[in-house]
Amino acid sequence: MSAVEIKKDIFWVGAVDGNIRNFHGYTYTTSRGTTYNAYLILDEKITLIDTVYGPDSDEMLDRLRQIIEPSKIDYVIANHVEGDHSGALPEIMKLAPNAKVFGTAKCKDGLYKHYYGNWDFQVVKTGDKLSLGRHSLTFIEAPMLHWPDSMFTYCPEEKVLFPNDAFGQHYATSARYDDEVDGAVLMDEAAKYYANILWPFGSLILRKIEELQKINIVIDIIAPSHGIIWRKDPAKIINAYLSWAKNETKGKVIVAYETMWGATQMMARKLALGLTDAGVEVKVFDINQSERTEVIKDMLDAKGFILGSSTHDNDMLPAMAGFLHFLKGLKPKNRLACAFGSYGWSGGAVKSIEKILQEAGIEVGQPGLAVRYVPDESELKRSYEYGMDFAKAIKAKE
Amino acid sequence: MDKYRCTVCGYIYDPQIGDPASGIKLGTAFEDLPNSWACPECGAPKESFEKVKGE
Repeated sequence: MSAVEIKKDIFWVGAVDGNIRNFHGYTYTTSRGTTYNAYLILDEKITLIDTVYGPDSDEMLDRLRQIIEPSKIDYVIANHVEGDHSGALPEIMKLAPNAKVFGTAKCKDGLYKHYYGNWDFQVVKTGDKLSLGRHSLTFIEAPMLHWPDSMFTYCPEEKVLFPNDAFGQHYATSARYDDEVDGAVLMDEAAKYYANILWPFGSLILRKIEELQKINIVIDIIAPSHGIIWRKDPAKIINAYLSWAKNETKGKVIVAYETMWGATQMMARKLALGLTDAGVEVKVFDINQSERTEVIKDMLDAKGFILGSSTHDNDMLPAMAGFLHFLKGLKPKNRLACAFGSYGWSGGAVKSIEKILQEAGIEVGQPGLAVRYVPDESELKRSYEYGMDFAKAIKAKE
Repeated sequence: MDKYRCTVCGYIYDPQIGDPASGIKLGTAFEDLPNSWACPECGAPKESFEKVKGE
């Protein structure tokens, strides 16, 4: 695949990795692979916006060389410190040692703490402009979208926004644009990215989008640092972000559980049936058979969470503990939850789940349902009704 | 004087340190920070902070 000219003299020069399955260590399952998007602007000052993950440097360099010799790069815009975008920066600086790097103050500090390079770095702030010749760039600091150093870069002449990780998706394809791929898959990956990475920062995202609207930025193309470029309908992803950032949900319930000998699973199935019969959309996940990344994505637009675990050592099982620890960090808002599970003697899992829900600021909508050993007919009926009761509470919230 | 934690990024405002980079002197209580003050790590506004309990 060649470099792709996304606007006159602005080229995608990134790398595509269709094989990567684990990202951010093991915190994100990239079932469709990912891309690292870097962009080159040809002008009096030849400018590279972001780079790629270090091991993919050669792929980016090959694409750059289709257009220019990398040694000719004058400016490098570092929108974000993280290694998947800065990994090839040391190589670029070796090839173009006189290039000047631009980024936020925190980016300068962070890049130094990664690579210890003695590079010519100019700190930029929101509103600062840089002339490249026919093009110019405007910088917009975007702290916690998704690290403190993050920044958006905007090219007003071509109306292209380079928001780095915001609006991105882990989606490796030979296509580069939103109108060339399946729209449902694209939004699925965008939601997965938001839910697993950006969910905690909703309030900042709302303010950032407001800020962009206030300065009347006109956007033809959103060119993020991962996945597909939004050119057909950039408003679609902005509106989706607005909805997610407001924690808007629908009357949908996620039942996620961990089971030892199947009793907790029996309860899960019955209460899911109760929810379904009450007319509420429900998705059921045995968290040991599911990708956490996918379950979290499904929770993003779900009003209710029902979480279950068998009791083990007077507590919930370890995979559920890890799952809830992750969920707590995402700080979901405006949700309703409850807990269930089977136990043998003293119990404990239900209380532990309720405790972490409370710590996460998630409202516990009804008392937990605990069943000793294997549920009998009446306890299965109780599980079914428990689902129905929760469905009523969810409907009352709508 | 109480410490306050940024609910967005986890930064802790400690009055015993202040926020010298933003011109906030040591000994300034969280309540006395100007409304224009924002989290020095992530830029979240003052209302995004909560009191640190049990310290």
